[in-house]
Amino acid sequence: MESRLVYALQQSLNALQLGSIYALIALGYTMVYGVLTMINFAHGDVFMVGAFLCFAAASLAGLPFVPTLLAAMLGAAVLGVAIERLAYRPLRNAPRVSAIITALGVGIFLENFLLALNPYPRSIPKLFGEGAWSAGGLSFSSLQILIVVVSLALMLLLDRLVHHTMLGTAMRAVSFDRAFVPLMGVPVDLVISATFAIGAGLAGAAGTLYAMAYPVIDPYMGIMVGWKAFIAAVIGGIGNIRGAMIGAFILGTTEIMVAAFLPSTYRDFVAFTFLLVLLVARPYGILGQPRIQKV
Amino acid sequence: MMRERIALPVIVVAGLALSFAIPAYGLVNKYQQMILMYVGINIILAVSLNLVNGYMGEFSLGSAGFMAVGAYTASVATVRLLPAACVHLGLDPAAALFWGFPLAVLAGGMMAALFGLLVAFPSFKTRGDYLALVTLAFLMIVKSAIENLDVIGGPRGFLGMKRLTTLPWVYAWTVLTLLVIRNFVYSRFGRGVLAVREDEIAAELTGVDTRRAKFLAFTLSAFFSGVAGGLFAHLLQFISPRVFDIIKSTDVLIMVYLGGIASIGGSVLGATLYTVLLEALRPSAVAWAFGWLPAALFEPLNTHVISHLNVWRMVIMPLLLVLVMLYRPRGIMGLRELRWLVPRRDRDALGKGLHPPCASPRLPGEPGGGVR
Repeated sequence: MESRLVYALQQSLNALQLGSIYALIALGYTMVYGVLTMINFAHGDVFMVGAFLCFAAASLAGLPFVPTLLAAMLGAAVLGVAIERLAYRPLRNAPRVSAIITALGVGIFLENFLLALNPYPRSIPKLFGEGAWSAGGLSFSSLQILIVVVSLALMLLLDRLVHHTMLGTAMRAVSFDRAFVPLMGVPVDLVISATFAIGAGLAGAAGTLYAMAYPVIDPYMGIMVGWKAFIAAVIGGIGNIRGAMIGAFILGTTEIMVAAFLPSTYRDFVAFTFLLVLLVARPYGILGQPRIQKV
Repeated sequence: MMRERIALPVIVVAGLALSFAIPAYGLVNKYQQMILMYVGINIILAVSLNLVNGYMGEFSLGSAGFMAVGAYTASVATVRLLPAACVHLGLDPAAALFWGFPLAVLAGGMMAALFGLLVAFPSFKTRGDYLALVTLAFLMIVKSAIENLDVIGGPRGFLGMKRLTTLPWVYAWTVLTLLVIRNFVYSRFGRGVLAVREDEIAAELTGVDTRRAKFLAFTLSAFFSGVAGGLFAHLLQFISPRVFDIIKSTDVLIMVYLGGIASIGGSVLGATLYTVLLEALRPSAVAWAFGWLPAALFEPLNTHVISHLNVWRMVIMPLLLVLVMLYRPRGIMGLRELRWLVPRRDRDALGKGLHPPCASPRLPGEPGGGVR
């Protein structure tokens, strides 16, 4: 009995690690959705580019961890803003689905562009001394702690930014009413660009952390992880930042626990059935509010 | 008037004759015949997805899931059930396979329609992006369930299908799909589906049975996706859960939105363009197209550009898609319809040439019309 408990606790640590990575990506989906009501399907591929930037910085330029993380975040942020400027802004007054399909196109472009430049999977060098501690039968690796700490720090920073700064207030205002807020002097384009920069920057950080935890990367790695992060955002109630974090940890925990206690091939089956049941029970996610439709 | 009355049946019959003549007389080579068959299958997929995404205004990501159900059902029917039936009933195996194939494809479609209910019921309560997620979850569940079912090969896939999909069969199923979906969209039930897209609450208040509309749209769409799956399985002769992943669904989405939503002509155009362009960008095809150049020009072009296209065509294709969406955000057809894809009764009421298939040319989520 004792050992099962320790095993479950050990797996919760792994769930925390996976959940933090999902959360960092899910935040980008949910922020863009909150501000533009648009699903940015290229976001998973921005995460993938982040992992490749980590590879470039760590392996080709030989940078240590902190500059690598910053370089990946900055590079991803620039990419996010460029995508918004070139591909989404011209479609802002077009049907919503056009922007979604454009996003899919941008994602496929990024995947295959990286594949054309870089046809083989790459492995990431160790950026961190492999320290490991154990306490009460549980073992922690330094990498695991690093991932959780960096992600939580970024999430706290984002929460402060959204709720306690001018920019955050402007973002919430734009998401509240995009037609009326510009009349109050809010520079909407700038706020939207900033939203994309922050979301993509977080995806870049997630790419770096993911590449360190699972050190073989390829151009298609963003597809499944991106979709799962999107699912996490919807479980939490898309458009809701705290919801995205909660959803990510729920999804991470479900996946890890299914793999730990059931045959691991059941993982997706159980995780998605759970999601389906959750959505039928709470059609607008955990923290989401149904939009009241006036006739 | 008389000419218009007979034009469509004549074209359909001529097409059928052509679909028999092409393989019989080798009018185009085997590879081109295969592309033609993929075009047909993709048209079926795109038109059936358009029913849900275009006419009903939902965002389904589940095409590949319904396709998988249809593909596996039809394959199990021809590989396991038919031979067993031949033994027990003493049928001629060749004849049974010939007549059994359309039945197997039909069974695939019906099974997929049954699974369509799985998505239709949540759609009564859930809408928009959340419903998109329900369809995505459905796809993942189907894929994962197949991976765990060892009876049908699990993750290794399923094989043993004969190459039963032929050009006439693909042609016949494509025409049937176009006909059924066209007639459905312009029927009373189809108007209900359009009403759900335009305004669900208003539709309900004016007496549209919105549940029935959703139910019909989802099952009909799933049925034809399943049919496409059955045809696909007997063309490729090998299916595995990995064939039916999310990328397959996004491919179909791209065809629908590239051609233009809520337009059957648009889906036909989108599916044809997408399938043919991807093939036309292959090095062999491009080299053939530029073969007339003098060798001094052709050789460097071939070594430096054309031979690299196998990788780069997948880069060019999404760029083209993004460009089309930027310049024609509503897709190529942009809510218009080809005249001959509209039933005659509605054709004359709505004037000549291209016209929107519904009263309001606004799409869901498009700005305009009222303060919100």
